Amino acid sequence: MSDDIYREIILDHYRNPRNKGKLLDADVSIHDSNPLCGDEIDIHLKVHGDKVKDIKFEGRGCAISQASASMLTEMIMGKPLTSVKDLTKDDILENIGLLNLGPARIKCALLSLKVLKLGMVKYYTDRDPDSAKKLETDSTSL
Amino acid sequence: MMQKGALNIEKIREDFPILKRKVSGGKSLVYLDNAATTQKPLAVINAIHDYYMNYNSNIHRAVHQLAEEATLEFEKTREKVAEFINARSTEEIVFTRNATEAINLVAYSWGRTNVKKEDRIVITELEHHSNIVPWQILTSEKGAKLDYVGTDDNGYLKLQEYMNYLESSKKKKVKLVSVSHMSNVLGTIVPVNDMIKMSHEKGIPVLIDAAQSVPHMPVDVQKMDCDFMAFSAHKMLGPTGVGILYVKKEILEKMPPFIGGGDMIKEVHKYETRYNDLPYKFEGGTPNIADVIGFSAAIDYLNKLGMDKVREHEVELTEYALDIITKVKGVTLYGPRNTKDRGGVISFNIGDIHPHDLATIMNDHGVAIRSGHHCAQVLMERLDVAATSRASFYIYNTKEEIDIFVSALGEARRLFKI
Repeated sequence: MSDDIYREIILDHYRNPRNKGKLLDADVSIHDSNPLCGDEIDIHLKVHGDKVKDIKFEGRGCAISQASASMLTEMIMGKPLTSVKDLTKDDILENIGLLNLGPARIKCALLSLKVLKLGMVKYYTDRDPDSAKKLETDSTSL
Repeated sequence: MMQKGALNIEKIREDFPILKRKVSGGKSLVYLDNAATTQKPLAVINAIHDYYMNYNSNIHRAVHQLAEEATLEFEKTREKVAEFINARSTEEIVFTRNATEAINLVAYSWGRTNVKKEDRIVITELEHHSNIVPWQILTSEKGAKLDYVGTDDNGYLKLQEYMNYLESSKKKKVKLVSVSHMSNVLGTIVPVNDMIKMSHEKGIPVLIDAAQSVPHMPVDVQKMDCDFMAFSAHKMLGPTGVGILYVKKEILEKMPPFIGGGDMIKEVHKYETRYNDLPYKFEGGTPNIADVIGFSAAIDYLNKLGMDKVREHEVELTEYALDIITKVKGVTLYGPRNTKDRGGVISFNIGDIHPHDLATIMNDHGVAIRSGHHCAQVLMERLDVAATSRASFYIYNTKEEIDIFVSALGEARRLFKI
């Protein structure tokens, strides 16, 4: 029910998104949208060594999609790519504390993960084709 | 409670079994997504059931009794459709899958024959994607151009822009005008009669996307004098999977076929085919027999109510709804304020609540509204919004339901602290 979804923390990330904006020296920038409702997310990723050095997102859409993106950037900032590339849908839902979203709204929550995976496909295509392939499969299942 | 006014709503509601169901853990369903699709009365459901139970058969070919009965009922629907929009004959009525396919039929058949390089097609910013994308496909294939008539801030078309296109139509080689009769987002009723008259003065044919108008008001194709018209059965109590294309006979006669195959032919030889008569030439393959027959019952139902009464009821509901929604703090309304110029469709936003979040909260209260871009992204860009929420009404909706909807808006404001 809505009372469980629109908690303080979701509204806070919706209204005061963290790491929002462009990243001019990004290694990867990627955009995707949810054709059903028009939510849009861009993710810009800067990698250093094997870690996420910086991440920013741009986007517009519902509270769930935007809060989820904001919370995702906080979650993976500074983390090793090896752990980031294995993130699952449950990791995201747990991260935002919304485990009971219906099929219509779960897409909103997972859009940022999908964009992140697509971005990493781009990053890994030349560096590690096997990982790129797996990430691509992951992203289509979201 | 009985409402004063056009229709006996209490009695109407009894004909729609789905309106009795509970949603979201025991809430009464308040169905306000009628611009997407309407509910179906028992008479329609029974007509489909009856066909499958008693005379299921393919049409137009076999001579056995079932086929004769099915053909008769199928063709009776065509007669009712022709009468409903006052077409001159059933030859002008083509059944398709939906309004989208009806417009695509015109783009592929008429468009490919008549539109050449550098020609122009004029549409408007109000259009649904179904009246944009077919023309984009056609114009890009032909090297032709697409022009948009703009809208003003109140959701009216800028008719001066339209007249300017027509003024230069000879030089710019405008080949077709294709325009929605009523916006599925703003509810704007477009002055198509005048627009068609102006266009015809320049010898340019006009297609009317009537998906949102034929279900909600009296429409007369002869009076309007449109050359093509498209609409859908499922937005007017009928089943999904049935669209209607009306084309003036003298135009349809010259159009090449759309889909080739069975039923649209007279004779097929190894290397040539003689096509069937109108309108069958445009109905290749087994059509959606059951649902066309179901649509027949929907037309009967609407005829019994009277389309004037349907319109009157929606005007009453829309006035009531606009009046109270305007008073909700933080609400932005889109589209004309005067109900004379708008149908029973209300698009709005409230504070910084995204329409999808609002629809989720509404759903908790049993209220079904639509949120998103409503297949009108060009218009969304014009309004400079990502999405809107939309409540849309039909014959079975009541003022009490609008009250529930508005009180759910209050709940959304509470959750989002606005």
